[in-house]
Amino acid sequence: MAIDIKEVEHIALLARINISEKEKAEFAEQMTQILQYVEKLNELNTNEVEPLYHILPIYNVFREDNVVESPDRDELFANAPQHEDGYYKVPRIL
Amino acid sequence: MELHELTLQQLIKELEEKKTNAQEIMTAILNRINAVDQKVKAFLTLNQEAAIEKAREFDRQPWQGKIAGIPFALKDNYCTKGVRTTCASKMLENFIPPYDATLVKKLYAEGGILTGKLNLDEFAMGSSTELSAFFPSHNPWDLERVPGGSSGGSAAAVAADEIPFSLASDTGGSIRQPAAYCGVVGLKPTYGRVSRWGIVAYASSLDQAGVITKDVSDAALVLSIIAGYDPLESTSVQMEVPDYTAFLNTDIKGLKIGYPKEYFQQGVDGKITETLKKALLKYEEMGAHIEEVSLPHSEYALPAYYIIGPAEASSNMGKFDGVRYGLRDFSADNVADLFSLSRQAGFGPEVKRRIMLGTYALSSGYYDAYYLKALKVRRLINDDFAKVFSSFDVIVAPTTPTTAFKIGENTDDILTAYMNDILTVPINMAGLPGISIPCGLADGLPVGMQIIGKPFAETTLLKAAYAFEQATDYHQLKPSLGVR
Repeated sequence: MAIDIKEVEHIALLARINISEKEKAEFAEQMTQILQYVEKLNELNTNEVEPLYHILPIYNVFREDNVVESPDRDELFANAPQHEDGYYKVPRIL
Repeated sequence: MELHELTLQQLIKELEEKKTNAQEIMTAILNRINAVDQKVKAFLTLNQEAAIEKAREFDRQPWQGKIAGIPFALKDNYCTKGVRTTCASKMLENFIPPYDATLVKKLYAEGGILTGKLNLDEFAMGSSTELSAFFPSHNPWDLERVPGGSSGGSAAAVAADEIPFSLASDTGGSIRQPAAYCGVVGLKPTYGRVSRWGIVAYASSLDQAGVITKDVSDAALVLSIIAGYDPLESTSVQMEVPDYTAFLNTDIKGLKIGYPKEYFQQGVDGKITETLKKALLKYEEMGAHIEEVSLPHSEYALPAYYIIGPAEASSNMGKFDGVRYGLRDFSADNVADLFSLSRQAGFGPEVKRRIMLGTYALSSGYYDAYYLKALKVRRLINDDFAKVFSSFDVIVAPTTPTTAFKIGENTDDILTAYMNDILTVPINMAGLPGISIPCGLADGLPVGMQIIGKPFAETTLLKAAYAFEQATDYHQLKPSLGVR
């Protein structure tokens, strides 16, 4: 599978990463190289194999819906690039 | 021996017998860091004043705990309340967490003192620590070589006697590989054995927290502290935590050791396999049963990893968007640009590469061909191990295919750089516990022996490692902190 510049642009959009023209060419080449290496997996017939997501027999983990101590809001905002009146602030959305 | 050269348990003993005090220990450690870290570059952040103050407090009124008054350091992807946590990324250069990771709380609860935060490949993605956004770390055995990665700072600091032990994380070998390159002990417990809450995630189905120490017995002690269920961590397992140090003895008569033939091929340096074969003979001398085994799908672990790792990373890295914390590009005048410009400025090339690759593998039309395929291969790899473990107690193999490489040597070719993890990745795929311990030198550089155990059989693993360590003195070799 070869990845071209157009595909790279599409993936970058999905991943929300702005990339330069130089990076586009680099990523196209490197991703192609990595995916060609990954092709190796197709040597194996896995039609009858169940996927293994992780090794533990744990599925959904629930807890009681109790009120517990929550983090201090001002402490959390201390790391925010911009905030105002108890909200995170971002540029216009619409 | 100087205080900074002592192991964790030697320091505990010195303190208990009142031969020294916490301030003397902390001063010795800080002096050592100030003397050698300009060469090793293991630390990203030093907690100097707070650490000294804490040690002083301890001496005035000592508290109880398994590591009371003892300095420790953390890979800089562990969240530490009030202490900068960067993940060696521009994205988090100024991030000060409002909480401590569970394991940090556990070390504090046993009385340990945080001395500083250690360098890594950005967001733990890499095998050399050259991919830190700030500076590369150096191998204490040869300063022109890498310490390995991604936990390069954690391994180099212990090897250079800058800290008695450190915590780190291992997704595809990130504890064991740098431990091997730096000639120290690196333990990755079973997936689920310790909590990862508060450690910045890379690939959640593979990530595991662990410890780097100067000897096996210290690793057992620290594991006894950090292991256990955490209600905040849905993949941590509710199982009793034994005192791992109680199982350490040298009687390994009849221990069944398998050595996988695939781990002695696959482009593994002849000097490494030679060193490992000598180690296996040592085990035989001690009464263990040695036999060649096969893990036939080994060669597929790395390509599967380069789908699963990036896929999960692309999801985990989504939270870095310039809104709630981390770097923001203030030039954006709409919110879509805010995300993509902040992420462009905040992430380094390898992180971007893995996010891109993972996004592609999970995207519509490719999910089955890549991600699902890789998960199926993962099952085959897991089954290989299960089969061997039905008749063997542990598996012994080299940790790495070569000794530490030169800084800059592997930066051009991405796939060559990825190959460093070829012998460690399969263990993460199967969620097994693994330890790397020093088993000799090749051309003056440390060689690591990897011991792999059954799920949750850390006791057997540590015993096998301890017995070898007691029968040899490789763990006592010290680096010169020069250039070879």
